[in-house]
Amino acid sequence: MARTVTAPGSAPARTPGRPSPRPRRRVKALPYVLLLPALVAELAIHIIPMLVGAWMSLLHLTQFFIRNWTQAPYGGLSNYRIAVNARGPVGKDLLQSFLVTLAITAVVVGCSWLFGTVAAVLLQRPFPGRGALRTLFLIPYALPVFTAVITWRFMFQRDTGMVNALLSDELKVTHGHPFWLLGDRGFAAVVIIAVWRMWPFAFLTVTAGLQGIPGDLYEAAAIDGAGSFGVFRRVTLPLLRPVNRVLLLVLFLWTFNDFNVAYILFDQPPAAADMISIHIYNASFITWNFGLGSAMSVLLLVFLMVVTLGYLGVGRLRSRHA
Amino acid sequence: MRESRTLRWARPVVLGLFALFTVLPLYVMAVSSIKPLKDVQGRFTWLPTHVTFRPFVDMWRTVPLGRYFVNSLVVSVSATACSVAIAILAGYAVSRYRFAGRGTFLTTVLSTQMFPGILFLLPLFLIFVNVEKYTGIRLYGSRTGLTITYLTFALPFSIWLIAGYFDTIPRELDEAARVDGAGPLRTLLRVVLPVAAPGVVAVAIYAFMTAWGEVLFASVLTDDSTRTLAVGLRGYATQANVYWNQVMAASLVISLPVVVGFLALQRFLVHGLTAGAVKS
Repeated sequence: MARTVTAPGSAPARTPGRPSPRPRRRVKALPYVLLLPALVAELAIHIIPMLVGAWMSLLHLTQFFIRNWTQAPYGGLSNYRIAVNARGPVGKDLLQSFLVTLAITAVVVGCSWLFGTVAAVLLQRPFPGRGALRTLFLIPYALPVFTAVITWRFMFQRDTGMVNALLSDELKVTHGHPFWLLGDRGFAAVVIIAVWRMWPFAFLTVTAGLQGIPGDLYEAAAIDGAGSFGVFRRVTLPLLRPVNRVLLLVLFLWTFNDFNVAYILFDQPPAAADMISIHIYNASFITWNFGLGSAMSVLLLVFLMVVTLGYLGVGRLRSRHA
Repeated sequence: MRESRTLRWARPVVLGLFALFTVLPLYVMAVSSIKPLKDVQGRFTWLPTHVTFRPFVDMWRTVPLGRYFVNSLVVSVSATACSVAIAILAGYAVSRYRFAGRGTFLTTVLSTQMFPGILFLLPLFLIFVNVEKYTGIRLYGSRTGLTITYLTFALPFSIWLIAGYFDTIPRELDEAARVDGAGPLRTLLRVVLPVAAPGVVAVAIYAFMTAWGEVLFASVLTDDSTRTLAVGLRGYATQANVYWNQVMAASLVISLPVVVGFLALQRFLVHGLTAGAVKS
């Protein structure tokens, strides 16, 4: 009932010659009044700062102007030119960080998706201990990120950590005690932690997706003589496609934007683990050049938007042709 | 469906490996928190030489952990309270009314969730500094500023979750209340909200978790007196000589309430979170 009354432009509301317009206007305005606090909060913390950020990226906003930023000289696109110039030191480091982030993200998204899907499929049938395993797999997701990463930081310590004790002293996989938090191994350290934190979400989402697949489809495939893997390939995977489409995008965005792992794991991330968020953060707060930092942030946003829209667009095209 | 022999053999092995991977850090955290200092300063051992609970006592003295705790608690609780209240109002509007701009509102709010935090951080820092300069209201370095920031972080998913929960409550309930002469707000507060209590609790836990675990903004928008646990604990772990047993004890204490809350409500939260992700 409430729906028809408040539907915008619904016929009775427009009928002339009917008195008492006040209550009707109140009903019409009501949803907006209810939304107002949320809108104000979003505007104040997200939308306005984003616009301010876009404006800042056009200014020579260095440390001298932090407290009176309106007086910072206008620089046009010069910050962007510095950021994308791969031959200059700033642009070179940014490109390097971008590529490292891309590589880390690719591995993390792939592994998280694979682990999550495998675990969800293996836990599809009831067996004793299934509930306990599901709960256990959720814990990394529930743990506050900083306590989790600090624990990993301890585990990756060269002489006192668990990882070296396990890998070189007990399993003899590695020789001696390598550094995990310095140099190229930082890449592996970040990937391991990110997968550890991220795959439970993939597991959750795929589990929810599997519950939406009707059981008789499996039976039909089994009657057709399909083995477990055949059923997975011909029934499960195609039906999970809509779920996977969103899941992969969310995993990508979360991993690519992640700041926490590299920030807490390292004092100063090595080049091989220089995630883009922390790179921009350090570039901004070490030099206090907020104009340049904002330009980098805007470039990052543009990249993410292009990827997201492109990805969703391609998916839509494909599903239309399918 | 028949199961191949490989699958029957692979299931316990693969699931066992996943379980091991998941448990290792949790085990290290737990076992290291009851080790004496010399155990965590030498080569890692799977068991403590002797069990001690001293780290849980000492950790409060090594760093101002109590102050960090209070800061985190005040900020997280206030942000949760505000964002739950705001999400209830917005969620009710989204669930019960069809109005112009509804779709735009939902997409905009949800998409802010996906933007990199670093994008808002620099401008927000600047805005906070300048607001103080012109109005005298202290936002930078204050718990108020952090609370305002955090309440918006949980908002998108909270609105989504709570609107979804309201959708499951029959509209006939609203209409019955209307017939009895209750206005929309009274209907929401007296009739719909009590039925939606589990949803509200789940949203509150989600909002609390978001604020409790946030690192990036806390690292910039707080000062010495308003440091939260997230920044304080990192500062602790980056010192030259780290008392790892105390850090692990602190981590355990910080994590436990959140994990317990999450697991207690996992069924509902999980459903809401995955539905939100899948539908968006």
